[in-house]
Formats: sequence, C-alpha cells, structure tokens
Amino acid sequence: MESAAHLLRVENLILHFATLRGPVQAVDGVDFDLDYHRAVVILGESGCGKSSLAKAILRLLPRNVARYDGHIYLKGSDVMRLNDEEYRRNVRWVEISMVPQAAMNALNPVLRVGDQVAEPAMVHLGLIRDEALDLARRMFEHVGVPQDFLTRYPFELSGGMRQRVALAMALVTSPSLIILDEPTSALDLLTQANIFNVLKRIKQELGTSFILITHDIATSSELADDVAVMYAGQIVERSDAERFFHEPLHPYSRMLMASVPRLRADQEPEFITGQPPSLISPPTGCRFADRCPLRFAKCQEPPPIFEVDGRKVRCWKYA
Amino acid sequence: MLTQEQTASISTASGRDVLLSVRNLRVWFELRRFGFGIVGHVRAVDGVSFDLHSGEAIAVVGESGCGKSSLMRTILGLHRPTEGQVIFDGKDIHALGREGLRWYRSQVGYVQQDPFGALPPFMNVEQILEEPLIIAGVKDRRERRERIRQVMEEVKLSPVEDFLGKFPHMLSGGQQQRVVIARAMILRPKMIVADEPVSMLDASVRVEILKLLRSLQERHNLAFIYITHDLSTVKYFSERIFVMYAGQLIEKAPIRSLLDQPLHPYTHALLAATSDPDARNAHTFKEVPPGEPPSLVRPPAGCRFHPRCSRMIQGLCEVQEPPELEPYPQHFTSCWLYRQD
Repeated sequence: MESAAHLLRVENLILHFATLRGPVQAVDGVDFDLDYHRAVVILGESGCGKSSLAKAILRLLPRNVARYDGHIYLKGSDVMRLNDEEYRRNVRWVEISMVPQAAMNALNPVLRVGDQVAEPAMVHLGLIRDEALDLARRMFEHVGVPQDFLTRYPFELSGGMRQRVALAMALVTSPSLIILDEPTSALDLLTQANIFNVLKRIKQELGTSFILITHDIATSSELADDVAVMYAGQIVERSDAERFFHEPLHPYSRMLMASVPRLRADQEPEFITGQPPSLISPPTGCRFADRCPLRFAKCQEPPPIFEVDGRKVRCWKYA
Repeated sequence: MLTQEQTASISTASGRDVLLSVRNLRVWFELRRFGFGIVGHVRAVDGVSFDLHSGEAIAVVGESGCGKSSLMRTILGLHRPTEGQVIFDGKDIHALGREGLRWYRSQVGYVQQDPFGALPPFMNVEQILEEPLIIAGVKDRRERRERIRQVMEEVKLSPVEDFLGKFPHMLSGGQQQRVVIARAMILRPKMIVADEPVSMLDASVRVEILKLLRSLQERHNLAFIYITHDLSTVKYFSERIFVMYAGQLIEKAPIRSLLDQPLHPYTHALLAATSDPDARNAHTFKEVPPGEPPSLVRPPAGCRFHPRCSRMIQGLCEVQEPPELEPYPQHFTSCWLYRQD
C-alpha cells in the first residue's frame, strides 16, 4: 500500500462551514503528505483556510459544519472512517496533538501547570497521577522549563514559558505528529528564536513530525523540511524547503516571497495588490487569477496540479 | 531602502533643525500596595536622551516591556515624565497649557498598532476624519470636505466616495490602517509617531503600508518615530535606529552602521535572532542569550544586560553603569566593551 510509506496522507480533504450567506469553502480539496521525522510548513495569509485545515485534520469541528469529507491516512489507515469516540481514543492526542494559536493564553488559570501537562497522559495513556507528573517533569526538561515550575500557576510564568508549557502538553503522550498553529506569533524576537531552538531539538531527539501553520515566511524556514502554500482554501504549491526558499514556482508563492523584508539582503520588498477572493463564492477558474500578473486565457478554467521535478504546483503555466 | 544620497545625508543630519529633543527622560510608575503606600517604582523609561531633526525618520527597536511604548506615550504627552524634558519646536510640552497642548496635538500624528481598536466603531470614515478638523477649529464645512478628500487620496483610499460612508468593520485591515494614517495626517503635522503600525497586518499588506508611510514621510518632510520589534523592516524605513533595553537606549546609530557593525551584545543577539527565509535555517541552532529581560522595579546594578551577557567583564559590568560611548562617528553605545583606556 502506497500510503503506508507516509506518516500522514491527506486526500481531497474538504471542510465547508454553513453561514447565512452560503457555505464558506475554508478547506476545499486539499492533498498533501508528510513523511516520518519531517516538518511541513503550511504558509498562507489570514483567511486562506490554514487554521481550518488544522482543525479538519484533528477533527476539532465547530457546530456549523456544512461538509466534511475526504481521506486522512495516518500510518496507512484512513482515520476518517473512525467514529468520534474511536477517533478521540486512538488518534487525538495519542497520535496527533496540537499547540493551538495563542496557546500560552489557553492554559487554565486556576490549575497548576504541572497538572495541566500531566492530564493528557492520565486520560490517554491511563497513567496514575504520580506517573503522569513524572512524565510531565521529563517533558519540562525537553522544552526547557525549570522543574520547580511544575507547581506554579500560569500567571506566574512569562509568555515564552507558557508557550513551552503548551508545547510540553502536546508532547506528553509522545504523539508522532504535532500541529503547531502560529506557535510564536505573539512572542518576542528572542523568545521566538528560543522556541524554534526547542522545536528543532525535539525533532532531532524525539523524531516527532510537525505541521507548522504560519503566515511568517522568514521564521517558517527555521523548521521547514517541506513547504505547502495555501491560497483560498487550496494548496497551490508543494515543494521541499530547499528549492522553495531558493525559487518558488507558483506566481502567488513568488509574490509572497518577494514581500518579505530581509535583514541580510538589499532587495526592495514588493507587495501583492488586491485581496484574496471570498471563500463563499470563489472564482470558478484559478483562484489567484485576479491578482496574478502572469494570467492568460487558460486561467479561466480551474488548474489541476502539475508536477515539476517532484514539486507540485496548481498553475497553468506549468502545463 | 536608503539610497546613497540618503545615507550620505545622515552625516549632515546635524545640520538640520532639531524638532524634538528628549532630555534625560525618566518615566517611573508608582507601585502601590492595596491602593496606598508606595512600595516601589516601575522604571519604564530610565534616562533617555536623543534629538530628532525635522524630516528625519528614526526607529526604536526593543522587545515588549522594554519601555518603548512608555517612551512614545510620554513624547505624545500622555504620561508625565518623572524627570527630564520633552522639547518640541523649542517648547517643553509638559509645561504647555490647554491652548498649547491643542497646538502640540495638531503638530504630532499618532498611528496606533491595532487599527480596529483605534477607530471608533460607531463613526464612519468621514466622521472619523472630520473630528480632528472640527477640534482644530476649521469652521468652513467645504474646506473640511476638501481636506478629507485630499488626505484620503493621499493614503490611497480611493475612489473617496466609496469609503466616506463606511464604518471601520466594513473595511479590511489594510484599509483600516489607511484610515488611521489619514487621521494622523489630516492636521498636516510635522511629526508622526507610529507604534508597530504593521504588526497586526498580513504579510502582503505590511509592505504596502510601510511604503505608504515612507512616501508620506518623504513628500511632507515629516519627522518620524517608528516603534517596532521587527528589525528586518527598519532599514526600509529609517535613517537612524535606537535599540532599547530595560528602559534605556543602549545603542544609537545610523542604520547601515548598526547593521554592518552592531556593537552592543544585545543588538548582536537581536540581529542573530532575526530570520531571513532560507532553507539552511532549519539545520542550525540560534544563539540566544539566557534568561529574560530584568524586572524594571529592581533592575540589575551596573549594566542592565550583564546577567545575560556572554562578554561580561567581571568587576566592572555588574558594578558600574556604562556611560554612552562613541566608538565610531555617530554610532553610540552604552557598553563597557568599547571603553578606551
């Protein structure tokens, strides 16, 4: 079976939300795969559906879901076939965990952080409290939080420390995959660099795979083995980081890359004119065509995914 | 990006008039226990001095909690200094009366960080832009209309008619920030203070807004204080850069000089921690100074960075506060490493 070679393989994943004005096509036919011990970065502007993709993978759905289907193969088996209880018991936090956006503010203010980190281990691994606290202590070591912080409350910790605690909470059940949703966007520069050092070390030491969701291209290169660029609910480019950061293929990725101010190069950043399309009634052709300087007649039809030297790109230019 | 001529003009910056002069400014906030009885002070700004020339753009860079917002708010006249002076156009702004303050407010524009939070939700764009004109005493309704139209075209909110009646929630983040900028510009100020003007915006819009601010600054010869934590944007924007740490400016330099030869170990750390998109980043670890910025209630003795500094000089850095030194022309730093003896 081909998909067994991958840790995660997402096929034609669709997540639409029902609103009064019609269904919002937040995730609309996403395909990608992720190998063991690798990190993929999902890049995109706000509103492109990248956080919804994370929720769709982890099946953390709000109540107004209009459509949710496709395939998610985890270690070769399709987890979309599991019912909610089976999914909760066997996948969520056991195989895949998540550090949500602004996780440092998501901690429970009236519980000691040690107990909060230990909780997933008690629930999912069936450990008793002392064993779970022991495990939490080891996780604190991995993420660089002093051990005596176990008995502290969230308000006693700085933002960076709380972010590490949230990371420890995602790590405690030793999942094979962790989804990070904008893990450092609220943090200071030096703290951010620190957190990325921690993530790199965890990747080396524990062999965990990561999906990093961010709009920050510069810092995303700190962790990326692979890159997927998302635009208006779809992945428009999929590439290894090496070639992506050197020369992206899709016109959108190129413009996104050109918009990054650089510290060590003297190139003037460019901006992208126009706005992303509405996800309620996206254009029928290429969704980027309106803002694309290279569009031609063919762009009125939806582009399929083309393969260029093992990289995938959704653009007629590469037909 | 600075052109060669602009870079050259930095050395002649001292030839321009000083518009704003901040002298030995201290802003301490009282720490009270149970509402009374002062138990200490938060030394948010602790001995800051600099001159800003008319038409000059400077950037203040620092992490959250370093006091850069308190510094800015004091310059805007929103906090009273504990010690020291803020002198604008020859007048001490904290000694101004009612009329004087009204004049000062018309001379200085403020661009806030969060555009949505900065705009009143129940006023439309026209009302938002008209209010400062009414307060400043522009009586003629037609003139007000004309100036609103002018400033909106300048910040590229056009066609103007489409935007006049819109409320803030009907605008995108970039458009909201344009309204904030228009509001700051409408009284034709001499100076703009922008506090992280693009940090809440999307990557593709960020550059657009920065370029807009830069072009306004050049066209109207505005003095500009750009407060940010993002070092990668400052060189597109300002001529000089000030690095702030624990309430003090620890390095002040022309932008090129700072990027090419940073002096203070903290500046080194900030530069090293700033990423450029590069696949090689994933395979290297960054050097980050240990620990966190100190408490501003009881800052460390001597140099405030010494507990985190890898190049600390025993018996000096933890004892005596470093003076401001000038190892290269116009490039100042407060660090004992550059002492001459």
